[in-house]
Amino acid sequence: MEFFNEIELKKIDEIKSHYPESKAALLPVLWMVQEKYGWISEDSMKKVGDLLNIPYEHILGVVTFYTMYNKKPVGKIHLQICTNVSCMLRGGYELFKYVSDKLGIKNKEVTADGMFSVEEVECLGSCATAPMLQVNNQNFYENLSQEKVDKLIDSLHSEQKVNNT
Amino acid sequence: MENMKIILKDIPDLHKIEVYESNGGYSALEKALKKMTPDEVINEVKTSNLRGRGGACFYTGLKWTFMPKETPKPKYLCCNGDESEPGSFKDREIFEKNPHQFIEGTLLACYAMGIKAAYVYIRGEYYKWINLLQNAIDDAYKKGYIGKNILGSEFSTDIYIHRGAGAYICGEESALMNSVEGKRGYPRVKPPFPAAYGLWGNPTTINNIETLSNIPEIIKNGGQWFSKIGEPKHPGTLLFGVSGHVNKPGVYELETGTPLMTIINDYCGGVTDGKEIKMVIPGGSSMPPLTKEEALTIKMDDASLKAIGSAIGTAGVMVMNEEADIVKVLLRISKFYYHESCGQCTPCREGTGWMMRVLKRIDEGKGRMSDLDLLIEVAQNIEGNTICALGDAAAWPVKWTIKKFRKEFEAKIPEVEEKSVPLNKVHSLRYS
Ligand SMILES: Cc1cc2nc3c(=O)[nH]c(=O)nc-3n(C[C@H](O)[C@H](O)[C@H](O)COP(=O)(O)O)c2cc1C
Ligand code: SF4
Ligand code: FES
Repeated sequence: MEFFNEIELKKIDEIKSHYPESKAALLPVLWMVQEKYGWISEDSMKKVGDLLNIPYEHILGVVTFYTMYNKKPVGKIHLQICTNVSCMLRGGYELFKYVSDKLGIKNKEVTADGMFSVEEVECLGSCATAPMLQVNNQNFYENLSQEKVDKLIDSLHSEQKVNNT
Repeated sequence: MENMKIILKDIPDLHKIEVYESNGGYSALEKALKKMTPDEVINEVKTSNLRGRGGACFYTGLKWTFMPKETPKPKYLCCNGDESEPGSFKDREIFEKNPHQFIEGTLLACYAMGIKAAYVYIRGEYYKWINLLQNAIDDAYKKGYIGKNILGSEFSTDIYIHRGAGAYICGEESALMNSVEGKRGYPRVKPPFPAAYGLWGNPTTINNIETLSNIPEIIKNGGQWFSKIGEPKHPGTLLFGVSGHVNKPGVYELETGTPLMTIINDYCGGVTDGKEIKMVIPGGSSMPPLTKEEALTIKMDDASLKAIGSAIGTAGVMVMNEEADIVKVLLRISKFYYHESCGQCTPCREGTGWMMRVLKRIDEGKGRMSDLDLLIEVAQNIEGNTICALGDAAAWPVKWTIKKFRKEFEAKIPEVEEKSVPLNKVHSLRYS
């Protein structure tokens, strides 16, 4: 697989045109890497560096600064559970514990089959619909209960299996 | 109950450009471009007394006048949608329910200050809302509201979304600018301020999403009209995001000066299970908390909250009932600021860790009475001694929660103090 295909390279040119300096395209391009590969490896950082003409060291500094960039692989289904105050008051920690126990993993661990990982995260701006979680930096699932999260995990799991076949 | 709504109007499908247009949308832009000079737009905003909704309550019109008029340099606008302060979730409501009013406000700001490009910085977790806003921006481009020669005038400007990647500190204005430039989100030493040295060293203004969303109605109805809504010194409405122990948490747009208990009882359906209030944080997790007595009488505006030693912040109201464990709440808040400190300043980097570890020790029943004063001392040593206001944001809740709720902390401290916890275990290095 090419690191970035034609269409993606076009997209990167478009992104670069938004800024007076191509260095500013770094965050959006790192997002593209993560969305394509699931995480950002040293090799990816070097490739991005060549593409945008930015030293590897700078990119490493950026990737390690921002918590949403995965520095190592996460599960296919990455569950990000908020435990900040508003969620805590409505069962955020209980949700976090329930999900981790159910999957048999701890914070930032991945299940043996590589399917799930869980992460305790800071406030996601969804405090009125607590407790809640986000999946793969994308969809929010709000007002969760144990039953709801059971169903959610099942349905995400079967979706993944279908996608893989 | 009748109440004034400026942003989250009760109009179905207002997020669609046609619906927005048929309800007077983009008419303020047209009015400004055809009948007003940029200075007249700024003056209208000054007259309105609009104050920033991002936390610091600074006068928007005044901020706009800081931008140099005659300069060969490009000028920029940053629209702050980082919204990462715990308890804050109002800007996302604007992206979802009324994105075009925000876009129109941004265009008016660009026209007023002669700006050719605006970057909307949105926290990376708001994937869904980034897409919603991008759709709205695309529609506005198609209709000629954004881009070259807007509505046939000389005025051209572009609006771009810049997605964050998980760092609360990027809501701080200079950190945000570094992040747009593709760097680590380190706050910059000020001065120079953004109007002199912002994005790529050029004059830059930064405003919150809600602040900008007020502009179209101000231009349509006049600054005078806006200045008379709510509290005269802090006029307009606020998008109160209420969370925690209430029956109907959510975002409620209400006039400034609305009593807190009106918000909690009349809009949020009261405290859960009919319980009593113990503590309320009025404006996002960094704001000094209110006791029950204060909560019962306080009005929600800048001056009223300042008078009792707190502040309106982001109007993110976090309600805690009589059963809430205040020590755990403060510990969680401290953990957040420790996690989010960018590490540039020693008092913030080390102090946030100290506070968290001492609070943890108290929560575990291993604290000492002297810890309470120690915490206040550490907090006071951070306050005012750092590059950016995250230091203060971390210090205030510790200082004020302990001052106002000391009994809650004392109740967790054992009578016979454990002498065996060596101090260096608590005050150990950040990454140990
Ligand atoms: C640590 C920190 C985080 C901040 N986060 C935000 C934020 O998420 N959104 C925001 O609008 N302002 C935030 N601010 C305030 C901004 O620095 C700035 O004052 C504001 O965006 C200006 O807009 P306004 O004048 O329209 O309020 C933060 C400030 C600090 C010190
Ligand atoms: S106060 Fe804290 S967050 Fe702000 S610059 Fe200093 S170390 Fe960074
Ligand atoms: S505290 Fe969990 S989303 Fe805000």
